[in-house]
Amino acid sequence: MAIRTTGLTRRYGETTVLDGLDLTVDAGTVHGLLGPNGAGKTTTVRILSTLLDPHGGTATVAGYDVVRQAAQVRRHVGLVGQHAAVDEILGGRDNLVMFGRLSHLGTRQARRRADALLEQFDLVDAAERPVSTYSGGMRRRLDLAAGLVLDPTVLLLDEPTTGLDPSGRREVWQSVRALVAGGTAVLLTTQYLEEVDQLASQVTVLNHGRVAAEGTPDALKASIGQDRLDVVVRDEADLPSAHSALRAVAQDAETDLDGRRVTATVTDRMAALTYVVRTLDDAGIVVDDVILRRPTLDEVFLHLTGSTKEAS
Amino acid sequence: MTWALRDSWTVTLRDLGHWRRQPWGLVIGLAFPILLLLMFGFLLGGAIDVPGGYIEFLFPGMLAVTMAFGLETTMTTVSEDVQRGVTDRFRSLPMSRIAVLLGRATADMLASVVSLAVLLVAGLVIGWRIHEGVGNALVGVALLLLLRFAFLWVGIYLGLLFRGQGGVMAVQILVWPFVFLSNAFVPITTMPGWIQVLSAWNPITATVAATRELFGNGPATENAILLAVVWPVVLSVVFATLAVRRWTRLGR
Ligand SMILES: Nc1ncnc2c1ncn2[C@@H]1O[C@H](COP(=O)(O)OP(=O)(O)O)[C@@H](O)[C@H]1O
Ligand SMILES: [Mg+2]
Repeated sequence: MAIRTTGLTRRYGETTVLDGLDLTVDAGTVHGLLGPNGAGKTTTVRILSTLLDPHGGTATVAGYDVVRQAAQVRRHVGLVGQHAAVDEILGGRDNLVMFGRLSHLGTRQARRRADALLEQFDLVDAAERPVSTYSGGMRRRLDLAAGLVLDPTVLLLDEPTTGLDPSGRREVWQSVRALVAGGTAVLLTTQYLEEVDQLASQVTVLNHGRVAAEGTPDALKASIGQDRLDVVVRDEADLPSAHSALRAVAQDAETDLDGRRVTATVTDRMAALTYVVRTLDDAGIVVDDVILRRPTLDEVFLHLTGSTKEAS
Repeated sequence: MTWALRDSWTVTLRDLGHWRRQPWGLVIGLAFPILLLLMFGFLLGGAIDVPGGYIEFLFPGMLAVTMAFGLETTMTTVSEDVQRGVTDRFRSLPMSRIAVLLGRATADMLASVVSLAVLLVAGLVIGWRIHEGVGNALVGVALLLLLRFAFLWVGIYLGLLFRGQGGVMAVQILVWPFVFLSNAFVPITTMPGWIQVLSAWNPITATVAATRELFGNGPATENAILLAVVWPVVLSVVFATLAVRRWTRLGR
């Protein structure tokens, strides 16, 4: 077992940020921790990497207790935080050598490890350049490399692709896949369903510091993954007709209270689309827009928790 | 213990690496006190009448003020490391934890030694001289570094305390009245009554009085050297304790 937490609790002042989190991550797998902003993902990662003390419950990482055996945890766990935590003025190689020395590899071994990591993450050409000149994707890769200096058995990745462009995102995904092939267990937090889909074999959905759902990405998608059909009418007076047209193809048709939009979950997307468009056209209703789309994370959370995502 | 020292040195080397890559950072840091020295010495100095000449009077004050401004440098660096996550990276490594602070302290002290050396040369160039022998002058330099050491711990503590930019900026502004409420630029006796009391208690005042005495740039004052030792030692003990406490409790 790479990670196991039971009843993990953490407060900030009066607010409970983690409320009895039970999480199990198997060795050698990628486990997605999915949740909106403020769900408690970073807090979890910080506790697992010994940066933050839990206020209740227990957590073991790589077999070591994060409170009582913090030193061993640090030796076996790699952390890649939400923001690239490397020295901006130094070059990539100097950064990695420094982290290697601070991990007590010895200078020669630290240098060798740095070169290997630069190679692995395709940073050899940029090794001597100050990190401040790196692109977002390069910085993330260097950060990943820094988390791997000690070849950890467990790697904690906190929103590794947030703020990256699509190509940067793909680069990071490739690196993560390569790691797992090498046997490292990864706990990956993200706000993107797609990322979990791409990388993780198990997912835990976190909301308000609690587990809202868990399972394989496929199982999760099956429970929430149907398409959404939005109809926007021009005249608000036509909303009831649009609503009943959608009701004919889906049970959960919902009218947007302050807009001109009706939304429903549909199973047979093309049949539903054709039916709704034809019905509205026959009734002479002017439609501004018809949108067939995947559910948003908001809707996933609505579905899973019965509460909407809170702005934060 | 040996790991604590080795890791501290590695953290110090990081700063030395910064110097190598951005030498102008050091130069700009030095340009500031030299500019102040020239402005005060030559622009305002003519209007300030002190025995021995204003440059001789000003120079030890300028050195102490440079040491005091080091508080700002230390605080900003520490606070930036916390905000950028570099501190978290260090704390997640199996390194000696206290080494992050010791390494910071060593790097900043080394930088101060270099600044002092350059400033002393600059002083000699514009006509400042020592009159009590090299031995006394070296003791004066040591007292200046002791003051820097004390402000270093104040800076580390405040840098760990303020997570946002607001606190850091407040300190950057407050440093100014703090250095001016001392005998660094003008004799305290020229100040209004209650400000004299404040200025007399300023740790900078003690160091300035002692260095003036040791350099022979001003009259000997009672207990000046004693105070210039006691003040920084007390400050160092208090703020190093606070800083280490804050450091070990970052996870709470
Ligand atoms: N240092 C802190 N002080 C006070 N509240 C915090 C602190 N860090 C996080 N929080 C709060 O804890 C909650 C969870 O935060 P976090 O774990 O960062 O969420 P996530 O990473 O899922 O976005 C948020 O409501 C956040 O405002
Ligand atoms: Mg977060």
